[in-house]
Amino acid sequence: MDLLVAVALQVMTGIATLFLISLGLAVIFGMMGVINLAHGEFLMLGGYAAILSVRHGINLWVAMFLIAPLAVGLFGLIVERLMIRRLYGQMVETMLATWGLSLALIGIVTMVFGNTVGGFSAPLGSVQVGKFQFSAYSLFLIGAAGLLAVLVWIVLRRTPYGLLARGTMQNAEMAAALGVATERVYAVTFALGAALTGLAGGLLAPLSGVVPTMGTAYIAKAFITVITGGAAMLVGTLSASVLLGAAGVLGTFLTTPVLGEAALLALAIVLVRLLPRGITGRFFQRAL
Amino acid sequence: MSRKLFLEIAIALFLALAAALVLPRVLALFALINATVFIAMAVLALSLGLIWGFGGILSFGQTAFFGLGGYAYAVAAINFNDSLYAVPIALLVPTLAAAGLGYFMFYGRISDVYVGAITLTVSLILFNFANSTAGEEWRIGEAPLGGFNGIPSTPQLNVPGNPDATLSPQAIFIVAVFALALCYILAKLLLAGRFGRVVVAIRENETRAELLGYDARRYKLGIFSLGGAIAGLAGILFANSVFVSPTMFSLFYSGQLIIWVMVGGRGTLLGPILGAFLVQAITTWAGTEPRLNPNAILGILLMLAVMGMPRGLLPTLRLAWGRRRGVQLA
Repeated sequence: MDLLVAVALQVMTGIATLFLISLGLAVIFGMMGVINLAHGEFLMLGGYAAILSVRHGINLWVAMFLIAPLAVGLFGLIVERLMIRRLYGQMVETMLATWGLSLALIGIVTMVFGNTVGGFSAPLGSVQVGKFQFSAYSLFLIGAAGLLAVLVWIVLRRTPYGLLARGTMQNAEMAAALGVATERVYAVTFALGAALTGLAGGLLAPLSGVVPTMGTAYIAKAFITVITGGAAMLVGTLSASVLLGAAGVLGTFLTTPVLGEAALLALAIVLVRLLPRGITGRFFQRAL
Repeated sequence: MSRKLFLEIAIALFLALAAALVLPRVLALFALINATVFIAMAVLALSLGLIWGFGGILSFGQTAFFGLGGYAYAVAAINFNDSLYAVPIALLVPTLAAAGLGYFMFYGRISDVYVGAITLTVSLILFNFANSTAGEEWRIGEAPLGGFNGIPSTPQLNVPGNPDATLSPQAIFIVAVFALALCYILAKLLLAGRFGRVVVAIRENETRAELLGYDARRYKLGIFSLGGAIAGLAGILFANSVFVSPTMFSLFYSGQLIIWVMVGGRGTLLGPILGAFLVQAITTWAGTEPRLNPNAILGILLMLAVMGMPRGLLPTLRLAWGRRRGVQLA
């Protein structure tokens, strides 16, 4: 029984982590049709923003929930202005340019901070589940992932910006004809996606540690999760995270971490083959 | 055969002959081995240039076939103790892998970014798997797979039928030069023929090509499998100048590969080869400068290429040259 609870918690942590690292990418892909391959480095920048703030004596929660998303969101705004905007509608070119950005950021951050692991220990201590110890911070992550999902849903469904953004997503020309400044909507959306990514980077920093190359470990998984999820960003990413995250953690639990990772990737391949337009291309089509 | 095509093939052969005669005499051993690695990478770039530039298939995991070729060569060469059998096996394994993956993707009508996601995933799985094969239980026949360390004892090519007469680094360089020239000529001939024209037609407009009665899936599968075979050949050459290890599957190489083709120029065969030489030369130089980080240089180069020169180096130069001569290009 204890084992079952412990495994269930482990699975939920895996799902929450996958959801957190994919959400920002999904918002940008779902709204703009842009795959940002510098996404992993946005996570890395969020982690560095949080760590540097903590080192300068700023409260840990302020650093994670405020400084990390603000810093990366601002950076996203600049990137959108200088790069993404010039390449709208050219999906492959955007992927390549953002990949270049990803490599450049890895290189520059390595030159500035050196190739060393930075980090701070996870707050909140641990909880006891029967004879298993469990980090309370993981529970907090599950809660944070759920909260973020609700928050994004509210922003898109219940705010004026959400209405404009959804309208622009469905038919940009029509929205523009009705007087919506679609360029501004895209800019805000990209910054929002970047901010969500920065937040995720800050939240994950205590668990994973922060290195310049940490993004490469995340980008492939996030990319695959978003593609598997399909166009409906919230439901798609959530369902893909649940399926892939569960497969990864259970595979790890039953065999080795390497085979668990392989199980996650293999399931993604099968899903994309069966549902070429992602999970939400077939199911929950009208969802967000 | 048109006169232009004949001329291009003659020039390729002449250049290969010149490189094979001159470079082993003038270059020091270390530089020569480095040059062999450059050539292996140029062959790899040619394979992506073929399927991406002409087939319109962007593979984010072309290194999967590069690594498979290298590993198949090393394992077969250790087991048979003669590279005469190892080379065909090392060409067959990646070709079959590409054919299997291509069947899975193209007959499932998967395209664009989804092909990118799947090929990336496959190379990641292979990378993880190759890294986890440390220990005695992971061996194929006589050959230990070595996990993270790879197979440092990768055998060199030998004179066919005479396993004791292994080739010198000079001879391997010459083999590599002619392998590159051969791949280039084969690709040129293929693209000049009917098959190549249909492949390009599908890249331009898949629906139109299908309405004209061509089965796009079959042609994409064909060009993708051929790309796998050429990438496998690059793997054999790489295995002979360095040794096989899991990094052959890594995102680091597949990323660089895309940069080479992008900088050199899509839709040409010479462009990816030149791009591979040029960008490798730049990264090698950046690696010797302690203040610079090769990743930063590569990244900035890729951004500049996409934003400022989206056609790539060779087509841009050709266009400029054509304009100077007053030729109108479409």
